[in-house]
Amino acid sequence: MISTTVRSRLPRFLELRSRPKVRWNSSSAEPPPAGGHAPSIATSELLRTTRDSALRTPGLSWAEDGSKTIVGGRETRKMNTYQAVRDAMSIALTKDESAVVFGEDVAFGGVFRCTMGLAEEFGRERVFNTPLTEQGIVGFGIGLAAMGHTAIAEIQFADYIFPAFDQLVNEAAKVRYRSGGQFNVGGLTVRTPTMSVGHGGLYHSQSPEGFFMGAAGLKIVIPRSPIQAKGLLLGSIRDPNPVVFMEPKILYRSAVEQVPIDDFTLPLGRAETLMTGNDITVLTWGTPVYHCETAIHMLANPPPSIEQHIPSSLRSAKVELIDLRTILPWDIETVTESVNRTGRLVIVHEAGMTLGAGAEISAQVQKRCFLKLDAPVRRVTGWDTPVGLQYEKFNIPDAVRILDAIVETLTY
Amino acid sequence: MGVLLWRGFTIDNAMAQCFGNMEDTSGKGRQMPVHFGSPKHHFHTISSTLATQIPQAAGVGFALRRTPERSGKSIAACYFGEGAASEGDFHAGLLMASTIPSPTLFIARNNGFAISTPSTEQYYGDGIAARGPGYGIDTVRVDGNDVLAVLSAVKEARRRCLEQGRAVLVEAMSYRVGHHSTSDDSFAYRARSEVEDRKKIDNPIVRFRLFLESKGWWDSTAEEELKGRLKQDVMKAFKRAEGLTRCELKELFTDVYGGEEPWHLKEQREELSGLLRKYGNSWEPWKQELAKFKGKGEELIKG
Repeated sequence: MISTTVRSRLPRFLELRSRPKVRWNSSSAEPPPAGGHAPSIATSELLRTTRDSALRTPGLSWAEDGSKTIVGGRETRKMNTYQAVRDAMSIALTKDESAVVFGEDVAFGGVFRCTMGLAEEFGRERVFNTPLTEQGIVGFGIGLAAMGHTAIAEIQFADYIFPAFDQLVNEAAKVRYRSGGQFNVGGLTVRTPTMSVGHGGLYHSQSPEGFFMGAAGLKIVIPRSPIQAKGLLLGSIRDPNPVVFMEPKILYRSAVEQVPIDDFTLPLGRAETLMTGNDITVLTWGTPVYHCETAIHMLANPPPSIEQHIPSSLRSAKVELIDLRTILPWDIETVTESVNRTGRLVIVHEAGMTLGAGAEISAQVQKRCFLKLDAPVRRVTGWDTPVGLQYEKFNIPDAVRILDAIVETLTY
Repeated sequence: MGVLLWRGFTIDNAMAQCFGNMEDTSGKGRQMPVHFGSPKHHFHTISSTLATQIPQAAGVGFALRRTPERSGKSIAACYFGEGAASEGDFHAGLLMASTIPSPTLFIARNNGFAISTPSTEQYYGDGIAARGPGYGIDTVRVDGNDVLAVLSAVKEARRRCLEQGRAVLVEAMSYRVGHHSTSDDSFAYRARSEVEDRKKIDNPIVRFRLFLESKGWWDSTAEEELKGRLKQDVMKAFKRAEGLTRCELKELFTDVYGGEEPWHLKEQREELSGLLRKYGNSWEPWKQELAKFKGKGEELIKG
């Protein structure tokens, strides 16, 4: 018998650069609806593309004085998500002499370019390649963090985090508890690209955040944009707990914002309400934030071809869109306050339905909002199958599936 | 891939997998390119994950020894790179194969690079071969760019594997002249001249050709004829594979479990069918995507 192991670690993702700008979730194949085109990531109204709006990012806290006020001289720079991630690490390395960045292929800049130039700027002792061993990378990071150092580790794809599952779940999550609070590995942050890009197949499309939901002691954070990535990554690096920081890989290049160049953090454990409304709550994180935005626009201005499926009485429905941001521990206050007001909840994530993070959220919402619910909590998720390459576009939730779930939940 | 082609897996089979079309016998278009597999050719389906199949190879070898008609005749062979050998599964696999023991041949292809990481940053010791004796495994290191040396080393390794019923490790030293993948530009981390030199000076195909020519068994006419024919065969298969549709969309949900289909998968398939009935013909992006599947999703739409 012959068995081979080949790992196609760097598939065609970078070709995204040259792909035409027609998105799966855009309605640009249709004539423009009355309210204008539905947004795509590039044109999303959720992205803060001016200096002023960037500096007004809710929850932003400047590092030097902990203040939340905008100071006149603050600068911003146009960055995509990988540049913002790089910027955050550069700040961490500059301000904290103990900080090191390491992982597979990080020295030449990383396969998604997040560590570009860091090795040249800070030296190979602080920014270095590791052998190909995820359990080694995380275990090494735990050791560094246990000694009070700041360890920023990269796992090249979230699909490949599983060799480190033991180190994360049995070690990083439990060090504080088992030592009676004498040791901790709060200095450990594990960055890893996650979610699908449309053509990654079984091992480049997974969203494994749900697997860590039971690992009390760990935090799980997923940013949706460059500003969020920078602020939440710096927040994660400085959080007193080990954090798995999952970066949606399709957003590395496609999401662009004006990002404040100073050192700032965004709070962990806090969701952000992106659109307010009293008729239905849509809760999501990462890439699907933009599909939800598109779906909400389509609800108000349905493209003619599918207009018949959107009752006209729903077009004025006010939808509340929440980005959960921290998956563990998640912001139950924001979610239950919203659902108690709207009476309806749709949860969207790319991971499969069974025991995806949506399962835990639905259970809590059902308990806390039971008498206020006008419809069952609805989950729009990947199917409970592996992510087959050629079938990906009918597996990962898109704007139409989200729209349909919103309509069904509103008309329940 | 060489193993597969040698065993009769056709260029069409390979192309169908790379394009993920309806003739993909490896995995119904579910995996990325070059993830081949074929029970007929005794070739376990490739996984993208690194090194995970190394301990599996130990189990396969053990199973072969316990299969009466194959015991003493067949061994398991497992290919991996020097990068994969850094994973914990490599160490686990060699330890299992040597301790249990099982007739498994581990073939490490040390081509100097794991994406951008040179082997000098992959290990500080003496490559992969040096680890074999630590596990009590007979080991040989061979010039991987010398076709005949590889052949003779692997032949001897296989003989020992069978005779002793134990694992053997071969490390073939080579150099990756290509980029890691279509999205990798390896000149970002190594000099173009280094690659060009290697291509010229230490190219296994050129070296073997020169050997054959020196024996008078091969010449430039034969070379041109072979190259032309192979190129034509490949391009013909390429064009054919390109024009074929994917499998039926219902295959999204099949093969998750054997036996009875669990309720949740049935329910999710029905949910997608309902959505396709509603939006499949009217929502342009879905319509375009459905057109890429054999039967355009009708088997689901009709339920």
